[in-house]
Amino acid sequence: METKHSSYSDEGLLQAAEYVEKPESQLKLMWETLRQNKAAVVGLIIIGLLVLIALAVWLSELMGKQILPYDPNFSDMSKGFIWPNAEHWFGTDQLGRDVFSRILDGTKISLSVGVAAVAISLSVGVVLGATAGYRGGKTDAAIMRLMDMMLAIPSILLAIAFMAALGKGLDKAIIAIGLVSIPEYARIVRGSILSVKENDYVHAAKIIGNKTSRIIYKHILPNVISVIVVRATLGISSAVLDTAALGFLGLGVQPPFAEWGDMLGRARGFIFSAPYTLIFPGIAITITVLAFNLLGDGLRDALDPKSRIK
Amino acid sequence: MLKYIIKRILMLIPVLIGVSIIVFLIMRVFSPDPAPIVLGQHATLQAVAAWRQANGLNDPIPLQYVHYLQGALTGNLGMSYYTKTPVVKEIFSRFPATIELACVSIVLASVFGILIGVISAVKKNTIFDNSGMFLALIGVSMPIFWLGILLIILFSGTLHWLPSNGRINPLLEPSHVTGFYLVDSLISGNLDSFVDAVRHLILPSCALAMYSMAIITRMTRSSMLDTLQQDFIRTARAKGVSEGKVIRKHALRNGLIPIITVIGLQLGSLLGGAVLTETVFSWPGIGAYTVTCILNSDFPVVQGVVLLVAAIFVFMNLIVDVIYAFLDPRIKYSKKEV
Repeated sequence: METKHSSYSDEGLLQAAEYVEKPESQLKLMWETLRQNKAAVVGLIIIGLLVLIALAVWLSELMGKQILPYDPNFSDMSKGFIWPNAEHWFGTDQLGRDVFSRILDGTKISLSVGVAAVAISLSVGVVLGATAGYRGGKTDAAIMRLMDMMLAIPSILLAIAFMAALGKGLDKAIIAIGLVSIPEYARIVRGSILSVKENDYVHAAKIIGNKTSRIIYKHILPNVISVIVVRATLGISSAVLDTAALGFLGLGVQPPFAEWGDMLGRARGFIFSAPYTLIFPGIAITITVLAFNLLGDGLRDALDPKSRIK
Repeated sequence: MLKYIIKRILMLIPVLIGVSIIVFLIMRVFSPDPAPIVLGQHATLQAVAAWRQANGLNDPIPLQYVHYLQGALTGNLGMSYYTKTPVVKEIFSRFPATIELACVSIVLASVFGILIGVISAVKKNTIFDNSGMFLALIGVSMPIFWLGILLIILFSGTLHWLPSNGRINPLLEPSHVTGFYLVDSLISGNLDSFVDAVRHLILPSCALAMYSMAIITRMTRSSMLDTLQQDFIRTARAKGVSEGKVIRKHALRNGLIPIITVIGLQLGSLLGGAVLTETVFSWPGIGAYTVTCILNSDFPVVQGVVLLVAAIFVFMNLIVDVIYAFLDPRIKYSKKEV
């Protein structure tokens, strides 16, 4: 009996050691598969370019230098509604501002709102999902019922309601969009935790006296990280869309800042007289969302053992 | 089965109560005081106090909630702060417009989504597949409201083929029976009204359907690809069944379960998407109205609408689960599962 017990724990420890190595190899394998997926690489390149634009705009603002063709917030009514030409590539808007410069400037807002909102929903969602999945029982039921309730309200309505309560503005939009996506992350993390928590290495970690939080964050979460990465990538695309939707309804980032959805909302009245003011911001949103979707889909395929074999 | 359905319906009650609490908290605890918004900035303090008293806003929040719940159980969701009409009346006067739009959209999304998904799966890795998947990718990446704007620019502004706002030409409005103009115009035998209602529906329903169509296309393709690799498909082909029949009778029917799930869930999310589509097309439905009410802190209307939308959403989930059992005889809700 004693021999059996010792062989069990040896095996458990071996497996534990094997699983400790796993996160790195899992991500590495994902990366190898991802590299062969052309669409995902295109997505990654576009995201790289967008990040570069956003960083360049942000740094130039910090240093007080103008790298954009025109000041994105400078309005000159005498130059309003100039159709796209060599001087103003995407034309000018109703206040005579250069649409191309505003779109480039908007990159930093869309990306930062997307990433920050995902950071909020991810961190809260992971804690809630991990606690629900690991603890089980009443804690699980209580957390997941709350998540079900939030999921029963269309996210855009919930986000608008949060915005009405919190007030308008960039920071409020980030919080509202972050809050409404929490249930998705909680559900995914809970499901993943349930699927790994009965593994021997988790039992082994428990037996050697680890605290619950350590077991969750050191032993379980690294093994479900890839699922979270996929969801977070796709989550950024939804966050960019939601930001644009709030902006379009006049609830997001407030003037004079250039936000793509807000640009669309304010140009709506000129849909027939200056349609170009509505076309380019939409293209910018679509390309950004498309890039994150391409990367997210690629990551999901890379995670799927079936497609790895293919 | 009946027991399962009853149990699921009973389980919806706590979810809906929870939804009502969440909305109540957001609107009444965290939102700004509606009195100055409703009465205007120049209202006297006495007028504000009287208005708050009349609308029960001076009561403690838990008591306000209990009053609200008592009313809701008897079908009284309160009065709109602005129009002074019962919320139920406000909602039902606008709801048919939203439901009509959502239903037409889901039909479009399902028909084209399944069609493109099946073609993509059957013609895997051909130009048909690649085009279908590209369309689906664009569909999930494009903001609904921007697609609506593009459709208006092209079909209303440039080609002048279709109207860009409203539900119908006011001169052709059919007599109100169901509130669904397509149905009402047919009942009254007014073909001109019917055609005009269809013309008004085309652009908003296409814009609203695009996202759902993309999701349904993707799900149909992956489900069909899985099913087409099954042994029973090989057997059917080996028996000499025609390819069309293999796809329609054997593959699609078996691959339909996940597709139905997605369609059911999409109908719920279409109601959310309607908020934006209705704003773009000035569609007189519940979506655009709710945005206005949220911004004006018209609490009773917002609570009523969110509760109704949440109820529809959870009911759709229930219906999807029940359809499962009918579509797949292998799924049985045994006592243990119940």
